[in-house]
Amino acid sequence: MCGTCGCDSDHAGDSGHRHERVSLEQNVLAKNDAIARDNRAWLRKRDAIALNLMSSPGSGKTTLLERTLLAMARVRPAAVIEGDQATSLDADRIRRTGAPAVQVNTGAGCHLDAALVRSALSRLDPPAGAVVFVENVGNLVCPAMFDLGEQRKVVVISVTEGTEKPLKYPYMFAAADLVVVNKVDLLPYVEFDLDLFAKHARAVNPDLTMLAVSATTGEGMQAWFDWIASQWLHPPAR
Amino acid sequence: MHELAITQSVVDEVLSRAGSRPVHAVHLRVGALTAVVPSAVEFCFDLVAAGTVVEGAKLHIDLTPGRAACRSCGVSFDLPDPVLLCACGSADVSVLAGRELKIVSMEVG
Repeated sequence: MCGTCGCDSDHAGDSGHRHERVSLEQNVLAKNDAIARDNRAWLRKRDAIALNLMSSPGSGKTTLLERTLLAMARVRPAAVIEGDQATSLDADRIRRTGAPAVQVNTGAGCHLDAALVRSALSRLDPPAGAVVFVENVGNLVCPAMFDLGEQRKVVVISVTEGTEKPLKYPYMFAAADLVVVNKVDLLPYVEFDLDLFAKHARAVNPDLTMLAVSATTGEGMQAWFDWIASQWLHPPAR
Repeated sequence: MHELAITQSVVDEVLSRAGSRPVHAVHLRVGALTAVVPSAVEFCFDLVAAGTVVEGAKLHIDLTPGRAACRSCGVSFDLPDPVLLCACGSADVSVLAGRELKIVSMEVG
């Protein structure tokens, strides 16, 4: 066995080594990123955008979406791609608001990727000018790395989680453009310091925008709707 | 466990470039500030490579450290994790290195 590379051939050390070293210098996620760029261009042709919503399970993402879809119904067309490991429960909830939804089950997979979103987009066929909400698999680790073709990455967190979440899951908060802090109606009952949370979040991402909302009571939701509308006025440079 | 998807991307790319030639080694560069755990990639590599011309290849991972520059005091420093904080107390820090995730080369033939 070759001691240099572990292959089966019987090389006489480095001098007898016949292997050709091929330089690749390619990003590991190049293929995913290329499909993500295609998704973005495909949406742009329709004057549509996608928002990639990421959170841990139980942050209230689906409730936030339900309220958003009901409020936006007369303002702008919206559609939803629901990512979960299993079941179509969330897509069923979303469809009850009247918005079209496609469920993507990742099975054992812990995140959505650009190819899954490409096939979901073609099934969804969103109308011109639509906002497509992509509800990623509930997970604050794996989805951070995968560009889906979204315009912005949005992290949803609730006040029933800890203020240290940005320090514990720094990659997710570093990748985010916006953090929505949900369930602020529960602030009187839990130990969650909004200012401390903001400090932790900005420690991993100084450019982060933050909104505090309650999807249940409607508090702060107008700022979230305004932020969505502003995406057509201020498209990012990426 | 996104390392499985990451490793699958690596092996797919190597396979597309290797053709039918056996692959003896694959060299990766992983930045310390990416959310990729090298030992998890190593664990997945043999599983994903099984039954292909990459089976049995050695995986070499070059872990590059994080580097950052402070926009307040101008100092450059090592960054062990994604918490952006300069010794001067400023969090206004830009990352210079450590976010690479690259297939550098492969050895074939």
